[in-house]
Amino acid sequence: MVTKEMETLSPEALSLFGKPTKAKLIERVVFWGFRVGTYFVLACAASIFIDIFYKGGKTVFQSEYPFINVEFLTGSPQTLHVFEHDGASYELSDSDFRVFKEEAGVSIVSDTYAYSGGGIWPCIVGTVLLVVGSMAIALTLGILSAIFLSEYSKPGKVLNAVRLSILNLAGVPSIVFGIFGMGMFVLAFGWNVSLIAGWFTLAFMVLPIVISASEESMRAIPQGLRDASLALGASKWTAIRTNVLPYAMPGILTSSIIGVARVAGETAPIMFTAAYALRDQLPWQGLEHWYDFFFQGVMALPYHIYVVSAKIPQNEYTSRMQYGTAFVFLFIVAGITLISILLRIRMRKKYRW
Amino acid sequence: MSLVTDKLTTKSLIETGELYSEMTEINRSLINISNFDFFYGEKQALFDVNMDIKEREVTAFIGPSGCGKSTLLRCINRMNDLIDVARIGSGKITVNGVDIYDDRVDTIELRKRVGMVFQKSNPFPKSIYENVVYGLRIQGISRKSKLDESVERCLKGAALWEEVKDRLDTSGLSLSGGQQQRLCIARALAVEPDILLMDEPCSALDPVATAKVEELIHTLKDRYTIVIVTHNMQQAARVSEKTAFFYLGKLIEMNATDQIFMSPEKEQTEAYISGRFG
Ligand SMILES: Nc1ncnc2c1ncn2[C@@H]1O[C@H](COP(=O)(O)OP(=O)(O)OP(=O)(O)O)[C@@H](O)[C@H]1O
Ligand SMILES: [Mg+2]
Repeated sequence: MVTKEMETLSPEALSLFGKPTKAKLIERVVFWGFRVGTYFVLACAASIFIDIFYKGGKTVFQSEYPFINVEFLTGSPQTLHVFEHDGASYELSDSDFRVFKEEAGVSIVSDTYAYSGGGIWPCIVGTVLLVVGSMAIALTLGILSAIFLSEYSKPGKVLNAVRLSILNLAGVPSIVFGIFGMGMFVLAFGWNVSLIAGWFTLAFMVLPIVISASEESMRAIPQGLRDASLALGASKWTAIRTNVLPYAMPGILTSSIIGVARVAGETAPIMFTAAYALRDQLPWQGLEHWYDFFFQGVMALPYHIYVVSAKIPQNEYTSRMQYGTAFVFLFIVAGITLISILLRIRMRKKYRW
Repeated sequence: MSLVTDKLTTKSLIETGELYSEMTEINRSLINISNFDFFYGEKQALFDVNMDIKEREVTAFIGPSGCGKSTLLRCINRMNDLIDVARIGSGKITVNGVDIYDDRVDTIELRKRVGMVFQKSNPFPKSIYENVVYGLRIQGISRKSKLDESVERCLKGAALWEEVKDRLDTSGLSLSGGQQQRLCIARALAVEPDILLMDEPCSALDPVATAKVEELIHTLKDRYTIVIVTHNMQQAARVSEKTAFFYLGKLIEMNATDQIFMSPEKEQTEAYISGRFG
């Protein structure tokens, strides 16, 4: 293509514009390949999110004051009663239904739908407890072993073998961890189905991620910082504590963000170790001793989604529950992730190198 | 402060005069290296090195790349302990009469007394103030007045005070390369060492910054014993009293700097300083 201003240019200068070549063609095709691939993924993700937000939003929000479905967020799962009375149709969860019947003073025949009334507050509480506890365990154990691997252990075959097995462990299906947790914590340790068994099972599941990411970020700290502090009379541990860990922390937190998402979302590891399909009491209710807190099963959002979508007869009422729970679940994971990201940004600002 | 951890033993050793010798002589030998062989794995890096480093003198190590200057320097404060494959073949290094590779020697105490400045300036990603007081903080010293006093004294000692006194809380990394290197020197001074080891402290600096550091070395030698590795002949000539020439892991010649540069005894030394190889 020769435009007007190009006519004034010398032939040497014109040759700079070049001709369409094979290389250019390939460049275009490859570029479009990447672009289409990315857009496709984005479209899939967007359709999932929109579906959940649209349908879940209908459960979580409502058109009249207070606009948020308070019962859904603060109540326990209950059976839903659907019935007609005096020409009006009602959908009431079990407890409201009893009150209604009392006041009406007549016997009412209703269709009942298990798990479709009430709310998911115990699941929210359970998931938050599971995430916080297991991440605390995973980060503690993970950072300790990462420090050992990157700072203290002697490089060699053994260390490489350990690293390789940790990486492989990261690819083990979560159900395997679930069964391991059941065998180890629930049965062998006799912890039964409990919060603490779930914590350790989930922690072990994310440990490989936490360890390798923490080790990576520690090894990225320049050797000069360690040397300098040792040369100033620091012991090895002092050097690590003051000049390695603080600067590796943002990287470690990044790994924990991935960990949080996995821990919060997995059903398989808690299915046999920590999760109850239904429990009336909240974790802090009805405890005889303070330590009983750790030895009780909890409800959890992902397991609840599983139960309402796979364990009971499906209908429009259970579907509402599923989407509402998924919506809240996404919201909570996003919240916890956001906190970690903010923490990381703050740390990055504090220690810039 | 003692090099030996076990206080009882140290005390008795001092009393019997077993470890300490010629304590009072002026410009006595402070570091003594005798028949020192050093290995990285199977590879021998130092061969039978013998030298005496005098108190309050500047000693320069020169020699072609890979001849073992840094290795020997790092042996003096046992920084080589960190390298897994490193080991001593035979011989010993004494500081102040104490064999520093004695099992009872605490490397932490040793490194407090034998400070080190690295080739690549490596300030901590902390404020200038925190960089200087780091060595004190890890000793558990936290009294503000003591720290403030030390920051001013050491930054003045490192000829950096005037340039940074108004921004002590900015990051050490915000300084220029030359300032960073002087900050590292100030940081080393804060733990009040007797000996300062400097491994090519000016190799990354421009001529002006180099001149400043050299000037600083001049003023420091009144109080410190300095060992400096350098590739710059003029620098060795300018700052040092004694010069040691290494070649292929061997100490070829060590003498007064003038002597080395004017009339070296060995052929190889002559060839190196006149630039015929290296
Ligand atoms: N960590 C190490 N592991 C194995 N070999 C090493 C190690 N450090 C140094 N060496 C070897 O020891 C020899 C001496 O190295 P050294 O760093 O002391 O030389 P140098 O005189 O300081 O050189 P330069 O002037 O380049 O700094 C070299 O052959 C080097 O390859
Ligand atoms: Mg060197």
